[in-house]
Amino acid sequence: MSVDGSLDRLKREGRIVVVGASLAGLRAAETLREKGFDGSLTMIGDEPYEPYDRPPLSKQVLLGRATADRTGLPRHRAIDARWRLGVPATGLDMAARRVRLADGDEVEYDRLLIATGIRARPWPQEDEAELDGVFVLRTRDDAEALERSLAQGPRRVLVIGAGFTGSEIASACRERGIAVTVAERADAPLVGALGGVVGRVAAELHRKHGVDLRCGVMVTGLEGDSAGRVRAAHFSDGNTIEADVVVVSLGAQRNTEWLAGSGLGAGPRGIACDAGCRAFDIRGIVTDDIYVAGDVARSPHPLFGYQFLSLEHWGNAVAQAETAAHNMLSDSADRRPHIWVPAFWSSQFGVNIKSVGVPSMGTEILIAQGSRSEHRFTGVYGYQDRVIGAVTFDQTKWLQFYQQLIETTAPFPPASPTVDRRPEGQQPMPADFPDPSVPTHGPTVTLSGYAPDDRRLTFTPARH
Amino acid sequence: MRLVVDLNRCQGYAQCAFLAPDVFVMHGDESLLYSPEVEEDRREDLARAVAACPVQAIVVDANFPDTNSGTDR
Repeated sequence: MSVDGSLDRLKREGRIVVVGASLAGLRAAETLREKGFDGSLTMIGDEPYEPYDRPPLSKQVLLGRATADRTGLPRHRAIDARWRLGVPATGLDMAARRVRLADGDEVEYDRLLIATGIRARPWPQEDEAELDGVFVLRTRDDAEALERSLAQGPRRVLVIGAGFTGSEIASACRERGIAVTVAERADAPLVGALGGVVGRVAAELHRKHGVDLRCGVMVTGLEGDSAGRVRAAHFSDGNTIEADVVVVSLGAQRNTEWLAGSGLGAGPRGIACDAGCRAFDIRGIVTDDIYVAGDVARSPHPLFGYQFLSLEHWGNAVAQAETAAHNMLSDSADRRPHIWVPAFWSSQFGVNIKSVGVPSMGTEILIAQGSRSEHRFTGVYGYQDRVIGAVTFDQTKWLQFYQQLIETTAPFPPASPTVDRRPEGQQPMPADFPDPSVPTHGPTVTLSGYAPDDRRLTFTPARH
Repeated sequence: MRLVVDLNRCQGYAQCAFLAPDVFVMHGDESLLYSPEVEEDRREDLARAVAACPVQAIVVDANFPDTNSGTDR
């Protein structure tokens, strides 16, 4: 309990506003109620839908096994919130503690949680992006439109960008028997997140399943027919591909524009916050009443050299939201740090890809179990002689062991003998991440921020 | 009734796919696909799958009366 009782007052009759009505926003709201918050709770979301789950959109939904309107997130409890859906927030007045909405309304708060997430990066040429048959995949509406188009049996789909989403889309197309070309600027799929050694395995998966994978090329332009439908794409190597569906899968942009001029430390890389989810203002001073969670947040992680991490991870959104909600209702001594170990999964071409830690920080990789040629292996990433990350292809049950090595800063290569170690896994090799000064697309982890001796680790996933 | 599987926790034990095969399907050796929304009359089957999951990765809607169905636009 706070000394002056202000915390009790906040819990009893305070006003909390959550901007962003997706996974992080919902879990934060539930946690607030669970922690005894009885005041008014307002949920603001730019989409007209109540919170829904996104991972199924590129898997179940594209496979036609579930419809996009049936991915609503289950509720742990009633949150008794006032919902403002279909109305984006357009501004923040930190001094007056007010959020401005697109419809002109203003909502006052005592505590604000920002969980506005990210959106798909659109195709940069606007007139080409507007052609019929050109899609991105981020929202429920995106998934519904793309699925409808796949169900009509296009002759060929072109996926631009072979990150996780792009690869999952290509996988779904092949499973539906649709011809698909994937264009990737880097040398292999997934290199930004997992490096070239693992990326080459991903490339094999694409090709084994009949994807026409083109690496080291960029799409220079999309061409429409007289009716405004996309019909072809031009590549930087001079080739032209005919395609009647194009999916632009070039990563994401953080939804921070609405905070421009507010004085909050928000920019293209997200909203900087401390490990307790409290947002920084532009002067680098931590706020007391504004909290951040989910894809839009950027917070320092002690386990990874206090680097500011922005994680586009489902599990991060849940964990960070719970921590933010806890801290919003706590005195400083009772606050908790968000020190979740990054973890994510992807499922493509029938293979379950999972990862813990921050592989993209790794300079070396050891194939600790299994074999790349069998597409079933565990790769362990090393950085400065310690274990920094791990990835599994269909070897999920090993992941927990390596997570514990990461958490305890165990030496790399890991000393412990393991079962199923093959000749190729006797020695570490360079993990083969692209030169961080050259932008690429698709990684799910952005490392940035500062540690003077680690400046070269600054990693630019895409141009903003 | 809505559900979500925390696929960070899921380790492919496939107990759910065994107990409620119309809701959970293994896709490859270790990947799980599931229907994110199922009819209310499946609650009992789902409860069994939730209880059988060795890593407790399945979350189903809490059975509370929704006092706030209206959306204030």
